[in-house]
Parts: sequence; C-alpha cells; structure tokens
Amino acid sequence: MSRETTLHLSVLAGLALLYVVLPTYHAGNLARIMVLAIYAMGYNFLFGYTGLLSLGHALFFAAGMYGLGLGMTGFGLTPLPAFVLGIVAAAVTSAVIGFLALRTVGVAFMIVTLMFAQAGYLAILYLGTYTGGDEGFVIQQAERVLFGLDLTADGTRYFAAWTLFAISFLILARAVQSPFGRTLIAIRENEERTRMLGYDTGAHKLRAVILSGTVAGAAGASYALLFGYVGASFATVQYSIFPLLWVLLGGAGTTIGPLIGVFFMFYLIDISSGYTSAYMLVAGVALVLLTLFAPQGLGGELRRRVAPWLP
Amino acid sequence: MAAVSILETRALTKAYAGVLANNSIDFALERGKITALIGPNGAGKSTFVGMISGRIAATSGDVLFEGQSIAHLPAHKRIQLGIAYTFQIASVFGGLSCHENVALAARRLTGSDRAALEVRVADALDRVGLSDRATQIAGDLSYGHQRLLEIAMGLVQAPSLFILDEPTQGLSEAEVQAFMALMRSLAGETTILLIEHNMSVVMQTADRITVLNYGEVLASGTPDDVRGDPHVQAAYLGTADA
Amino acid sequence: MLASLEGAVTAAILALTAMGLSIVFGVMRVVNVAHGEFYMLGAVIAWWVAHLFGAHPAIGFVAALAVAPLLVGTLAGLADRIILQRIDYDPDRTIVATIGLLYIIQQGTLMTFGPDARPVEAPFNSRIALPWVEWGENGLAFFYPWGLSTTSYKLIVIAAAVVILLALWAFMTRTKTGLLMRATQQDRDMAQAFGVPVDRVYAYVFGLGAGLAAIGAVLVVPIQQAHYLMGHDPLLLSFIVVIIGGLGSLPGTIIAAILIGMSDGIISVFFSPTLAKIIATLLVAMVLVFRPQGLLGRSAA
Repeated sequence: MSRETTLHLSVLAGLALLYVVLPTYHAGNLARIMVLAIYAMGYNFLFGYTGLLSLGHALFFAAGMYGLGLGMTGFGLTPLPAFVLGIVAAAVTSAVIGFLALRTVGVAFMIVTLMFAQAGYLAILYLGTYTGGDEGFVIQQAERVLFGLDLTADGTRYFAAWTLFAISFLILARAVQSPFGRTLIAIRENEERTRMLGYDTGAHKLRAVILSGTVAGAAGASYALLFGYVGASFATVQYSIFPLLWVLLGGAGTTIGPLIGVFFMFYLIDISSGYTSAYMLVAGVALVLLTLFAPQGLGGELRRRVAPWLP
Repeated sequence: MAAVSILETRALTKAYAGVLANNSIDFALERGKITALIGPNGAGKSTFVGMISGRIAATSGDVLFEGQSIAHLPAHKRIQLGIAYTFQIASVFGGLSCHENVALAARRLTGSDRAALEVRVADALDRVGLSDRATQIAGDLSYGHQRLLEIAMGLVQAPSLFILDEPTQGLSEAEVQAFMALMRSLAGETTILLIEHNMSVVMQTADRITVLNYGEVLASGTPDDVRGDPHVQAAYLGTADA
Repeated sequence: MLASLEGAVTAAILALTAMGLSIVFGVMRVVNVAHGEFYMLGAVIAWWVAHLFGAHPAIGFVAALAVAPLLVGTLAGLADRIILQRIDYDPDRTIVATIGLLYIIQQGTLMTFGPDARPVEAPFNSRIALPWVEWGENGLAFFYPWGLSTTSYKLIVIAAAVVILLALWAFMTRTKTGLLMRATQQDRDMAQAFGVPVDRVYAYVFGLGAGLAAIGAVLVVPIQQAHYLMGHDPLLLSFIVVIIGGLGSLPGTIIAAILIGMSDGIISVFFSPTLAKIIATLLVAMVLVFRPQGLLGRSAA
C-alpha cells in the first residue's frame, strides 16, 4: 500500500476512533466538521488543484441542501431519493454556471461566480413561499431515517457523517492522483503550456467545476439531512467565503488540508464566540495573517518542509 | 508512400487592423528534414508558426497537415495529431519537478499505464541530458536547462512534426552544440521546423531554409541556394558570419 | 419624478463610492473587497465626530466631512503598506487579504460602535415642495402636488457629489500627483524607471479610493443611518457599477452609476426590490461573461 493510501486510511480510521474517545458535545461538533469538510474538499478541488478561485460555491451547497430539503418536505421523498435529487440539482447548477463562468478568467471569474451565487440567494428569498425565505425550514426528526436507522441519534449521525466524508475523501483523493487530476494541476501551473501539450483545457476546467460543485452539493444535502435544517443563510456570500478560508488555513492543494482547515476554524470560532460576539474578527485576522505569512496553509507548510510526497 | 510535404500552408494570412503580419504565405515543409525559418525581427515568423500551431487564429488561408486541412482545429487538437511545440520563451511547469514536467507531456499518450510512462520519461530526459535532475524543481533550473526540459517534453510525445521557436536563444555555446547534436539525431524520424536567429546553427543543421521578410516569403531552398540569393543577401544576411 | 430624484441621490452617492473602487482597480489592478467597509467607516466616524461636536449639527457635519475621509484614507493607506505591498498585489492573495480586512473592520466596528443603527442629524433639512407641470385651461401651469417634496439636503448631496467628482477629475488631470497616478496606471515599470515612487503612489491611490467611499457615506448618513453592516449593499452595487461601466474606465463608472442609481429607484417602484436585485445581479454576470471589458472599459491587462 502506498504512502498516500496509508495516510488517507489512517485519517479515516482516526476519525472513526475519535467517536469512542470524545464526549458528546465534541462528537457532535466533529460530525458537523466532517460534513463541512466535504464542502471544503469540493472547493479545494477547484481552487487548490485547478487554480480557479470561485466566490460563489454557496450556490452549489445550497442547491444540494434545498434539493434534498424540498424533496423531502415538498415532494414527500424519502432520504435516499431526496439525496440523489440534491446531488443532481448541484450537478446541473454547476454545469450551467461552469459553462458560463469559464468564459471569463481571473478577477472576472471571481466576480461572475459571486454574482450568480448572489442571484441564487436573492431568488431563494424571493421565492420565500416555497423555500421558507430567510427563516428556512426544518426537516422533521421522524423523516430523517435512512435504512431503518434514526439519523438524529448521536452515534448514527456521527457515522453517517463519517461515511459520507470517507466516500468523498477517497473519491477526490483518487481523482487528484489520477491523470485527470494531474492535468488539472498542470492547468493551474501553466495553462497555455498544458494546452500546447494537446490537452483540452476548457473541457478539463468544466469537468473540474462540475465535480467540485457536485461534491459541494453533496455536502449541502448531507447537512440538511443530518442536522435537519435548510435555510437561506447557507447561500450567502459568507458561506462562499468560508470554504476559501478553510482551505487556505488547512492547505490548498492538499487532500487533508480541507479537514484541518475546517477543524481549526470551527474551534477558533467556537472558542472566541465565548468571549465576544464579534468572533468573525478572528476569521479576518486569520485570513490576513495566513495570506501574509503562510499562503500555503498548515498542510502546505507540512508538505513544503517535511513531506513533499503529500498528495 | 507518404507525401513529400508533411505540412503545407496555402495563402496563409494574418492581418492586424490593416497591417499584414503574414501576407498570403504558401509554404511546404519537407518530411523528415530540418527546416529553418529565418528573417529579420518583425518579419512575421512567430505569427506564422503561431497560425500553424493554432495559437493564433488565421485571418484567411489554409493549413494542411498530412494532407488534411487543420485550419479549423483548435490548438490542442492539432497537437494531438502529432505536432510538438516549444515557446519562444521557455515555458515549463516551474513549480513541478522535471520528471513531472515530462510526465505531463507523456501522460496524454500513456494514460494510466504507469510503467510505459516511466520508460518514456526516463528516455526523454536521457536524450536531453537531464536524467540526473529528474527530481529537481523545474523553476530552479538554469534557463538553458529549462529549454532542454521543454525539448524533452516535446520529444516524449514522439511527434511527427516538432516546431521550435528560437530554441538556442539564451543557451551557452556548449549547450548550443549539444542542441545541434540532438537535432541531428532526430533527423529522419521527426520533421523539424526551427525559427532561428543564430546563423551558425542554421547553416550547420538546416536541410532547408525559408526566409521571411515583411510577412512574405523572400526565398526558399537549400542553405547554399539561400546564401547565394541576392535578395536575401541584400535584406538580411549581409555581414553575417559563415 | 420623486423616484427620479431619489434615484439621483442614490446615483450621486453610488458614483462617489464606485469611483473609489474604480480608481483603485484602474491604477493598481486590485479588487478591494473591503471597499464597502471603508464606506461604513466613513459613516461611523461621521457619527463619532458629530457626537463630539454635539452643539450644532452643521459644525459636526462639516467637521465629519473633513475628518472622516482623511482618517479612512489614512487607514487604507496603512493597510496597503502593511499588507498589500508585502504580498506584491498577487491577485489571489489580495482578494483573501481584503476579505480579511473586511471582517476585521466590520467586526471591529461591531465591538466598538455596537450593533445598533445610529442616526446623524443633517446640517440643514428644510422640506422643499416640488412643482409639477400640467396643461391647464390657461396653458402650462405649475402646481404643487401634495406629497411631492424633497429635502434641501438631498439636493445638496447631489450638488456636492458633482462638485467632488469635478474636483477629482481636475486633480487627476491637472495636478502633479494626479499625473503620477495616471502614469503609474499606464506603465508601472516605466514610471518606476523615471523615479516615480510607485509604492507611495499606490498607498495614496488606495487611500484616495477609500476616502471617496467615506465621503459618500458621510453625505448619505443623515439620510440613512450609521450601521456596522451598511457596507454590504454599497459594495455589491459598486461592483456592479464598475463592471458595467468597465473596469478601469472612469467616465464609464459615472455613466453606469447614473444608470444603475436611477434605475434602481425606478425599477423598485414597479417590481419588488428583491426581483430588481436579482435581475441586476444576473445582468452584471452576463455582461462579464459576454463582454469582459464591461461596456466602456479596455480589455483587462
């Protein structure tokens, strides 16, 4: 078994073991962290590996979230088909947005993605009668049962989150080490050179956006299913900036970076909101310090100094 | 029996807001030979090669590769047909290792076949003399070595046509010699199109020379033909060293 | 007509704010996501100053008009020196840094100023009834429809914005500093070769951009109120204006500001504001997708 595989499986094993060790409060947090880490990993695939900075990923997260949420409450679907609906919604959304936004580069790409996400958020508010608008809506506990297992129970929820995380983690880890992933890295490093090596960079980037957006949507659907709440706050600009923050902190372009980033930021905010209502100040300072002194993030520094083989 | 010309252009033209960078160029590239494209600065050489490779869109005219028109194909599709291209200013993946640089070029052909990939990469690095630098980060290499790396990236694709834009620019004398030896070793299997300013390189390696001036072909033929052509002498060669 | 006047006020403030963003992008090629927070700071500082000068609103206001932009501009200049120059304006890192700045300023204000919206009194505020024209029995006649009025202050805001923009134009085209700024925009390396202290010019430009936003906010704060989240909408609107008008084109910015400021008011009368915003946002995205230079801008460098 290769170093990379050993590392990845160890991380998963570690996360599984933590459930046994941690008190309920922290286990609950970790479940949330794992689901958000799926979101971060999806974002990382596009930002860290392909080099495209999107400021509108909340749109994909929300597509998954509302896809599942409305599927269950509006159409009375059971969790599994609703989950599929959420994923499909995210996939379609990312395909459309990707097709349009990839016609731009750099700053324009950032702004276009931001604008589409903002339009999505406003649309959710505008269609408030269906979506619950700003308040959102709750998915009843009774509904959140999958394969006979009650997802609201701590243990079940934790391992459901763990399973979803593990699947996404392994799929993406596989993808970035594959020829496809390698080509994306090449596009990030020097797109023109990649093109002149015979690669269809446009098609590659679109596929990257779709995979990234779909994973983000899976995270959204997971969140709705496991935590029972769907709301417009998950479609705001703020929620598009979070994955950027998490990935930068944890290490863009590394497989374990996103998880590290979510973990750190979660507890940083958890602790500072105990002291002040302005806990986002911590986020702001973190961002500035990160980009000044450690643009590679924790995982990136690890790779740079200690383990160059880190995928 | 393959046609004599691997590549042809017919009335290939590029106009920029009224200025004709390339004016209706008819050109035929002989298979298996090393052809040099020379001309003063601003003659339109890079534009011409840009239109052949697909990086620049032609205003009008046609480009034929192996007898088929490729004028409508995007750059990456043309590369896939068997054309390799090096940039005027060496363009490699500075953040990645030399090995990965060449691997990226080869992977399009080997896919997920790891074993085949390693063989190809090792072979290409060996041919340009960079085997011992395989693990080095490309950005840390000297410019001359980056040039060689780029050539390795071209070679590993086993192209039928290799286009090089000013390959010896910035190389030391020793490196230039090595380069010429490399070019001669490719003769026969690969057709080579060189844009060059270094006349000594041109005279020593080229089987054919085409001279461009003001966006038009001034002369075309063997080195002796071209050297003896009075128009060329007047416009370009003048006081060049032998 | 009322909608047009309200729209004109919006357009005036928007023109100032967006101009700040546009100048910074035009000269430095930097997208300042914290721009809205500089705007907000202008309003908050205006409140502080007005508070200090409790006595007469006019004195407080004039003081605020002078102090706020200066303070905000200096803060921005410092941020440029300390943060942006150290990362050499790398596009990705700049976006991240300015996002960080956004949170720092916004939350810092939350901690000190508090979460409430606080009003600032206008220096003068008389209602002016507006005349309207109609064909009567005796030909054209003026009359004063009930409810059709504005405040003298709002008219002054429009006038002030025009004056400031003209002054800005004069500054950029007539003074030496303005010349240095434009030269640096044209060709940074050449400017440096000619001995222009590019770093300092950039700090000034960044400060100027922030200062313009701050002035806009000071002018608007008697009409709206000072609140720590008030920078969000102006930021998005400024983005829309700068993109539609063309990244780096100053006249384009003004035209776009007028267009959007006026239409925002008028559209809101006919459609719900949310729908109007959705349309505007999508329009901006589409403009960028199909015409990356905006309506009047040059192609991005």
